[in-house]
Amino acid sequence: MEEKNFICTACPMGCKLIVRMEGDEVIKILGNRCRRGETYGRQEAIAPQRMVATTVRIPNGFYPLLPVYTKGTIPKSRIPEVLAKIRAIEVSAPVKAEDVIIPNIIGTGVDVIASRDMPEK
Amino acid sequence: MSIKKQYDVVVIGAGPSGLAAAIEAKKGGADDVLVIERDVELGGILLQCIHNGFGLQTFKEDLPGPEYAQRFINEAKSLGITFLMDTMVMDVTSQRKLYLSSKDFGYLEVDAHAIVLAMGCRERSRAQVRIPGYRPNGVFTAGTAQRWVNVEGFMPGNKFVILGSGDIGMIMARRLTFEGAKVERVLEIQSYLSGLSRNYVQCLEDWGIPLQLRHTIKKIHGKNRVEAIESVAVDDKWNFIPGTEEIISCDTLLLSVGLIPENELSKKAGVMLDPVTGGPFVDEHFQTNVPGIFAAGNVVHVYDLVDYVSMAGFEAGKSAAEFALAEKERAARYIPLKAGKNVRYIVPHKLDKKALEQGDISLQMRVTQPIEEDVWLEVRGEENSIVRRSERYVRPGEMVTIVLKSSMAAEVEKTGVLTVDIYPKSEA
Repeated sequence: MEEKNFICTACPMGCKLIVRMEGDEVIKILGNRCRRGETYGRQEAIAPQRMVATTVRIPNGFYPLLPVYTKGTIPKSRIPEVLAKIRAIEVSAPVKAEDVIIPNIIGTGVDVIASRDMPEK
Repeated sequence: MSIKKQYDVVVIGAGPSGLAAAIEAKKGGADDVLVIERDVELGGILLQCIHNGFGLQTFKEDLPGPEYAQRFINEAKSLGITFLMDTMVMDVTSQRKLYLSSKDFGYLEVDAHAIVLAMGCRERSRAQVRIPGYRPNGVFTAGTAQRWVNVEGFMPGNKFVILGSGDIGMIMARRLTFEGAKVERVLEIQSYLSGLSRNYVQCLEDWGIPLQLRHTIKKIHGKNRVEAIESVAVDDKWNFIPGTEEIISCDTLLLSVGLIPENELSKKAGVMLDPVTGGPFVDEHFQTNVPGIFAAGNVVHVYDLVDYVSMAGFEAGKSAAEFALAEKERAARYIPLKAGKNVRYIVPHKLDKKALEQGDISLQMRVTQPIEEDVWLEVRGEENSIVRRSERYVRPGEMVTIVLKSSMAAEVEKTGVLTVDIYPKSEA
């Protein structure tokens, strides 16, 4: 049996998780104070996932950058690809908060959406 | 849009606490709510906090800062709150008078029945942590870098060292890495992390950025631009440990060394500050020692989560509305006494409508010009004369008295203002 230690990032409480593994299988999760922690610990032990927040260029926007984020988590290992994809595009103002900027980014099934309204300059 | 002279509730600052306070003040029955913001947009510092992690309590969702703000902005705008943008509050008095300088309206004076202070906080700067060495370009607070990278689209440098393990510093370490910069090191003088553990995990550990506890900066190298910093280990009393120095090559140093509640205005209004928090002493409704002046959010103490800031704003806004409504009711009981024809002043200046029920009231005044003939001394309501008596003459050197009898109570209660005129009978 193997034990992995994590700090949960599902919320700001920062619980110390102990995940007991048997090979690739999670046997038990200790230290979490909620169900989100259990989900996080299981996922973190097998294939870590993260939300990604960054900006996309919006040349005619009130500001030159539009903040965007992935509506759900994506595999941590694919963050650089996601960032490269977002960096490669430009969008046009006006944009509304939660407008989809890139649907199903790099086939993750997760949309990249706008974090705020952005009027034209 | 025009700006009134008098508001029920004035909120200073349109960040998370100010927006929450304005929303709750309006919902709590305050008719005229004014929010004053120095930026050109609503939302405050949340607009540059593009990372997620906001709103888990308030919305049960994991939102980035701008979207958390957007939801409050949308609600505030739907309620008919007045927003005065691009406007600085220059002074506030304990009598709740505000002096403003506005891009669109110029100089303004506004009175408030209640005020909510929601100015947030400031970052501690280089001068406040006393780092020796030259003063080259390339030293920024983490929040300044955040504004540049996330909103304005400039990179402050290529190779970074971050002093302090506050949340903004760690978040910027990841953000700069995302944008192609190299973050060499995060140094923390204390033996523990000053920000949230989750930010250590997802901002530093995930991206292989080394954190050194019990380390600080001994010196900044570089004359025109930062060229390197010299780090050093410290003991329990933060003394440098000789022989532990290390030169870390970099072109930019970010400071994430704490936040200080922003209370320059509060002090002007006579608000007492707690030396520990740097913010006002408040009661459970977030009222300060000055009646009718409330404070909420990072202006009171520095929060770790915005959700709690919003909750504080709600409470302060609700309480400010209650105070304002009571104050308005009290103010409405009073009738002003206006010096009319040939009257220089009247004491008292105002009159409680109910006071005449308790007995007669003497009005004392002086005239502007002498009149050496028979005169009328007359007290008028808005629509009719209430009392008139005669004198053989009036002179500025000799005070004049008119008595309002309790028998006039019913008539006085009907009017919104009392005017006294003194004029020759020949002109009547």
